[in-house]
Amino acid sequence: MTDHYPVLIVIIPLLFAFVVSGAAWVKKSLCFPLALVAMGLSAWFAVCLLGQVATTGLVEYRLGGWATPWGIGYRVDYLNGLVVTVVTVLAFINLIATRKNVVDEAPEKAGAFYSLYLLFIVGLTGILVTGDLFNLYVLLEVASLTSYALIGMGKGRAPMSALNYLFVGTVGGCFYLLGVGYLYIMTGSLNMADVANLLPPLYHSSAIVMAFIFCMVGMGIKMAFFPLHMWLPNAYGFAPTAAGSLIAPLMTKVMVYVLIRLILTVFSVDFAFVILKMGDPMVWLSSLAIVAGAVFALAQKNLKRMFCYIIVSEIGYMMGGAWLGNNTGMTGAILHIFNDAIMTLCLFLCAGSIYYRVRGLELDRLKGLFSKMPVTMACLVAGALSIIGVPPTCGFFSKWYLISGGLEAGQYGFVAALLFSSLVNVILFFRVIEISYYGDFEDHHGHGSSREGVMEAPASMLVPLLIVSAGLIVVGLYTGGIVNHLINPILLKQGF
Amino acid sequence: MSDLVVAILGKYNYWLCVILMMIGLYAMIAKNNLIKKLVGMNIFQTSIILFYVSIGCKKGATIPILEHGAGHHVVVDPTHYINPLPHVLMLTAIVVSVSTFGVALALAIKIYRKHKTLEEDEILMQLRSE
Repeated sequence: MTDHYPVLIVIIPLLFAFVVSGAAWVKKSLCFPLALVAMGLSAWFAVCLLGQVATTGLVEYRLGGWATPWGIGYRVDYLNGLVVTVVTVLAFINLIATRKNVVDEAPEKAGAFYSLYLLFIVGLTGILVTGDLFNLYVLLEVASLTSYALIGMGKGRAPMSALNYLFVGTVGGCFYLLGVGYLYIMTGSLNMADVANLLPPLYHSSAIVMAFIFCMVGMGIKMAFFPLHMWLPNAYGFAPTAAGSLIAPLMTKVMVYVLIRLILTVFSVDFAFVILKMGDPMVWLSSLAIVAGAVFALAQKNLKRMFCYIIVSEIGYMMGGAWLGNNTGMTGAILHIFNDAIMTLCLFLCAGSIYYRVRGLELDRLKGLFSKMPVTMACLVAGALSIIGVPPTCGFFSKWYLISGGLEAGQYGFVAALLFSSLVNVILFFRVIEISYYGDFEDHHGHGSSREGVMEAPASMLVPLLIVSAGLIVVGLYTGGIVNHLINPILLKQGF
Repeated sequence: MSDLVVAILGKYNYWLCVILMMIGLYAMIAKNNLIKKLVGMNIFQTSIILFYVSIGCKKGATIPILEHGAGHHVVVDPTHYINPLPHVLMLTAIVVSVSTFGVALALAIKIYRKHKTLEEDEILMQLRSE
């Protein structure tokens, strides 16, 4: 049993996805408990796996018993052990928190929704634990396909946004596949560790350079890196509440993980920074992404769309940190992967609770909400402080690492962009807080009748939200331990 | 000039894939009808599948099955056999491509039911007037 943790994380949601869609034929109310059991087991196995990794350093799993260069191998080290734990635990929390939203928005689709939810987690966890480049592509498409379907379940413009996302996302996936094809032609292997061993004599081959560029562009599309971000705000903004708060925090961050994994494990740090010299241009692009995301966020009148542009900006943080080319920057980027996942989940859960009560997320509808929904708004403030980067929330620590990494590398433009986006975040969130705290709840035209009966969100939403908000501070306080015990060992091994 | 011709003809499979890929990309960007865009996307994916299949091809080689059973000590020369792995990978990629197409068509049906058209400019006009 204990040997099989890596595969159980992926298989359990996969099996339960079919059970859930079968159970939907019998009784709709069975779907949620079944999905809850599956996510709970998956999250528990991920935590156990992280425990194993913390003691042994590396867990390898051979699917079907085939030795790795020939068979598919799962390979879990500190980096993906950590990210897979965060992903499964957050998905578990989100599942509980958004139960009422699902009942509220699409009760008849509960079976389809929960089986897609589980399949999405299959995709993400598979991407995280796999050690095989082609296996990663397949699971990437599993995660993407399910997210298209989940987004398409929304109302209004959601199907159109999902279709646009599908067009762009498919091109991204195909570029990655093409990059893997180039690697396969040159090395004859698909196993990440094996490819990394075979690559050094080939570093100056133009096919390898193209492979690297195709993989980077493909991942850039999937993670909505600035010039390729056009699909994100509509897709996440119009998604059903429960799907939005699942996909928005997790999908883009897992893509950043894939990128860091490709740089660290497959292509190696030497190739990316010394031979290709991609560091500088990518950091400048990231700075542009940060500034553009912040400026677009300022123009939004809808809370959820504002969060979407903040994600675009945060992707710039992680990409920039990863491409600074020093230990501090990379630590900041990895730390920000899961800090940002927690922060974004906190914000989207708040938006979900507000939508559940207020039926709208336009900024002027938030007037006076502090008096009606104090706990939800307090959690929104906690998430906001973390996004801005106020100590002791976790957002502060990753931003601190990113800024000191930028100073170390002499990338003052990146540092300036980080500070600029923090200031813009202050403006963004203080505007929200001002409207909701000082705005007069009763004096509201147009939506008069629908405002009655607005009160605090139900406990099943508040408790997970409070746990996530507490997580912001707890993770912040344990940053030192995470960096020293989990992130630094892997960076040192890769020669940072 | 002749070098260029040789370079193109010697690797004609890659050039065909590039041409197919560009046709697909053009259709995805330039066409107004959503179904035409979808077909463009499928051409785009197919070009990559053909790229993989063509790299697994070898002249004068046979399928990777040993003619002599176990026990016959025959020297197996890998140059006589084609590498089946790219083809097997592409079976999976075809499944991915078909399911992407399926999801996309389902979304297109949903859009058609709502807007009664599949022309992108008309849909956008309806969305703007909402």
